[in-house]
Amino acid sequence: MNDLLREHAPISAQAWEQIDAEAKRTLEVLLAARRLVDFKGPLGWQTAAIPTGRSEVLSASLQEGVTARVRHVQPLVEIRIPFEVSRAELEAIGRGAADADLAPVRNAARLAAIAEDRAIFQGYGAGHIEGIFPAARTYGLTIPDQFERYPDVVAEATHRLRSQGVGGPYGIALGPRCYTGLTRSTDRGYPIIDHVRQLLDGPIVWAPAADGAVVMSLRGGDFELTVGQDFSIGYLDHTSTSVLLYIQETFTFRVLAPEAAVPLVYATAAQAA
Amino acid sequence: MAASSAGLHESPEQLKPETIDRHRAIVSIMEELEAIDWYDQRVDATSDPELKAILAHNRDEEKEHAAMTLEWLRRHDAKLDEHLRTYLFTDKDVLEIEEEAEGGATPGSAGDGSLGIGSLKNKKG
Repeated sequence: MNDLLREHAPISAQAWEQIDAEAKRTLEVLLAARRLVDFKGPLGWQTAAIPTGRSEVLSASLQEGVTARVRHVQPLVEIRIPFEVSRAELEAIGRGAADADLAPVRNAARLAAIAEDRAIFQGYGAGHIEGIFPAARTYGLTIPDQFERYPDVVAEATHRLRSQGVGGPYGIALGPRCYTGLTRSTDRGYPIIDHVRQLLDGPIVWAPAADGAVVMSLRGGDFELTVGQDFSIGYLDHTSTSVLLYIQETFTFRVLAPEAAVPLVYATAAQAA
Repeated sequence: MAASSAGLHESPEQLKPETIDRHRAIVSIMEELEAIDWYDQRVDATSDPELKAILAHNRDEEKEHAAMTLEWLRRHDAKLDEHLRTYLFTDKDVLEIEEEAEGGATPGSAGDGSLGIGSLKNKKG
């Protein structure tokens, strides 16, 4: 048994299978950054930090004739989303129900995916994560008012990447406003999103946690998501009517080469920055 | 081509690219391990000390190749990763480890809890 204490939960193997499958399906649809950045791990639950390779000299003397340095590390952030599942629904799975109400699992998985993506795209200062948008802010472009002008901005973004010596393939993460606008807009009957697709040799990714969009290189070595314990479901408690579970992950994210991303930000956000 | 390299058991059109890549890795590991076995036997059999040393050196390089490819496969197969983490580099009785890992329950009852998502780069959808 590990730290998740799943064996203590009053949940049958069949019901665990459905809970895990429901969470996995939701996470795989919603996780956007994992389609674009490098993935390192899982390094395990006990991993607390990753080395940055940096260190600083300690001015306080330890012993005459001795210099001391302290190594810098980047700690892993632990996220946990508790959720409650009805025991009646879990029992129904045991009786063969294929339509058990697992909405709490989906909702928790959605929150987990948005949390990871928000930290990666927007950053999470308290967790020592600088996101892609803040790290690459100086390379950013403003999102045009009309969606018809979007392809020009994406072309400019790929041009900027090439000019910085950053090779492809290039992909794009589109926040919800951008994605909806682009999929609904046409230029003389031609869908704008198809026009954007032709400018990129990488994926177009729907990224609900991104505010704006970001064109980025997928060549590797520029953006690194490090995972200790990958998304896992554990057990907290139960009553006679419900079981309290949680989704948990430990991770951190590093932008190793900010020039490998060109954020596309809304004019108001650009002014605020 | 080695027989094992031609060993796709289903029509390639029905297979995902990642399945075919894992097939490539698995076949490569099989070939490396087979080569280790062959070299081992030749090292025993030859009476020429120089040839014996060369064959042993080559055999050990195959071990490096097998380990590298196995590591690639581990990174691309969440379940294999889980099992290797459970059993490799331990010194307890292997069957005892299995019993502990499964908590005395039937396999798959509660699982280890990981959803095994990993990287989604190159994943369609």
